[in-house]
Amino acid sequence: MLRPFIASSMLGAAVGSLLAASVLFARAEGTPNTVFIDNFVFGPKDLTVKAGTTVTWTNRDDIPHGVASSNNAFKKSAALDTDESYSFTFATPGTYQYFCYLHPHMVGSIVVE
Amino acid sequence: MSGFDDQNGVSRRKVLECMTWCGTGVLWTISGGVPHSLGIMGEAQAADTKGLTFLQISDSHVGFDKPANPNALGTLEEAIKKVNALPQKPAFMIHTGDISHLSKEKEFDDADHVISQSRLDVHYVPGEHDLIDPDQGKIYRERYGKAANGAGWYSFDANGVHFIGLVNVVDLKAGGLGNLGNEQLEWLESDVKSRSASTPIVLFAHIPLWTVYQDWGWGTQDGAQALSYLKKFGSVTVLNGHIHQVMQKVEGNVTFHTARSTAFPQPAPGTAQSPGPLKVPDDQLRKMLGIANVSFKQNEHRLAIIDSPLQG
Repeated sequence: MLRPFIASSMLGAAVGSLLAASVLFARAEGTPNTVFIDNFVFGPKDLTVKAGTTVTWTNRDDIPHGVASSNNAFKKSAALDTDESYSFTFATPGTYQYFCYLHPHMVGSIVVE
Repeated sequence: MSGFDDQNGVSRRKVLECMTWCGTGVLWTISGGVPHSLGIMGEAQAADTKGLTFLQISDSHVGFDKPANPNALGTLEEAIKKVNALPQKPAFMIHTGDISHLSKEKEFDDADHVISQSRLDVHYVPGEHDLIDPDQGKIYRERYGKAANGAGWYSFDANGVHFIGLVNVVDLKAGGLGNLGNEQLEWLESDVKSRSASTPIVLFAHIPLWTVYQDWGWGTQDGAQALSYLKKFGSVTVLNGHIHQVMQKVEGNVTFHTARSTAFPQPAPGTAQSPGPLKVPDDQLRKMLGIANVSFKQNEHRLAIIDSPLQG
């Protein structure tokens, strides 16, 4: 949590802004099939993809999180430590609600078209 | 001194004020029925605690190495040294979960090695961080839960006080809070049914059994159901961890209390964008970590809790 703040205080303002820039770039590039976990929130909370897309969740918090389907519709992830990722390929159209099985107030959905 | 007993000269307000800034441990004294805090741990020496005294530690997160505390094992060691320096040796210790950060064998090994230096019996309940090995809690259950039921719940008696360790970190539901589940609730109901209403009850679990802050998931969705089985008892004390800060409330016959972590602080509810490790200046960290000492006195209907920071 508060990663940009911590990063800039640790690495100095110059490196911090480089990091922030690359994060922004990654976000812009990654949006179609990527979900980031920041500050106990899935972002984007609701993601729409085409059938056959591999969705990747990446945890950027200092606390582990997990990804689990709310109705066991897809395989749950192992616990993701900081900067670890989990990917799942959604072959079948539908709406897939999911949550963090460690912090269940964190919820999101993948809509597969 | 006895925190909630105005006759002894310490008002509840004063104790609560104290709790907002005293940090490390909670010393509990149980006296017949209603729990109360003694104040900070240093003041415990003045207390006449002839009954039972036990210790609570919580949220060791051994293996955590992020900026909020790069050495969680080191601060656990400091906490155990503080325990060993207590003027009155506690009868035993309870650990209210998140022993490890990632449920790794080495993390549990390291935690056990340090905690065993207290030479106290330790009664554990798991936090969600203790059940994230590939086998979903197998390591925890083999180490700490062999004599327990289900995912690790159990009860025991000490000095006439009935202790109940509950597990509210498994089978969590989307959008929900901590969860006990029907099997455990039924077990709890039968565990307390035949006990006399004058038996002091101490209930401990990782996530707070009452809703501290719903937006951050700091509560247990079926916690009220559990407490409904305890209505007949004159003294119920609920001890939790998970939120890494001291919080207390009294509701009828029930006193709720959360202990500090020995690893890192978390923000007060709603004061940050989210929960999680709170990075504070290095010289502040040990003021926000700690242990808790709890005492029970016969015939006093009081349970005293002393929260002590590692420093300050």
